[in-house]
Amino acid sequence: MHDKFVCDELLKHISEYVDGTLREDLCVQLEEHIHSCHNCEIVLNTLKKTIDLYQGTSDMERSLPDDVRSRLFARLDLDDFIEKS
Amino acid sequence: MSEIQTNKETFSIEALQAGDRAEFARMMDHFSTPIYRLGLKILGNEQDAEDILQETFIKAYRSIENFEGRSALSTWLYRIATNEALMLLRKRKPALDLVLEDDDEGDIEPHEIVDWCCLPEEEMLSTESRIFLEKAVQELSPSLQLVFLMRDVERLSIKETAQILEISESAVKVSLMRARLRLREELNHYFGVKLDIRKVRNA
Ligand SMILES: [Zn+2]
Repeated sequence: MHDKFVCDELLKHISEYVDGTLREDLCVQLEEHIHSCHNCEIVLNTLKKTIDLYQGTSDMERSLPDDVRSRLFARLDLDDFIEKS
Repeated sequence: MSEIQTNKETFSIEALQAGDRAEFARMMDHFSTPIYRLGLKILGNEQDAEDILQETFIKAYRSIENFEGRSALSTWLYRIATNEALMLLRKRKPALDLVLEDDDEGDIEPHEIVDWCCLPEEEMLSTESRIFLEKAVQELSPSLQLVFLMRDVERLSIKETAQILEISESAVKVSLMRARLRLREELNHYFGVKLDIRKVRNA
């Protein structure tokens, strides 16, 4: 089931599919294809994983460093409000 | 979950426009983290990110009077920040083409099929992997990079991303697709090698 044309066509929709915004009929078509095409299944899974990884790393990030925040407030002449964090 | 709920704005535009400094400071605390983070991801260094952060709020302070409320306050701030970031990028990489629409950079087809989903989480989220992830985003063209960062890292909606970058929603979707597929391809090479190393070790 490696019809390259079919695979390439479906690949265009894969991003919207992951977002859940793809048209219903295209969803059905894509899902049917993925059941029978291992390559596309891997592309879909690794694409999801790619997005997950980026979201995962952004969640681990800390907030603004204190020194950067202090300099920002100073630059804006808002030092008097810096205590309220 | 994002710590910053940019869609839940509770700032008084009237107070901000009247020059209420306390309100401005409160707004600054609310948005400074995502704006700093965005600058850091686009430019890749802390000094540039800090410059973008400061310039964004200086411009916002000066022009808040002209804010008409046609977009959300967050959108307006992100737009200022994005423009600052693009200006710095132009300085850093003058040869860069910064057209935000009509980005056709050739094929996006997968070149090799490797299933690296089975790699252990700690390997995928190691410091080394995270550095690679960040570098891969920085190597995207600005149009793809911005859309990806806004959508998949900052988790803004398609609509808000379109408003910030002043491009159509369909252009956002196309860029997002290209960015995601390109990053997937990069990660494929990177994690594919890790997978091979594991196989050799376990053989
Ligand atoms: Zn296929």
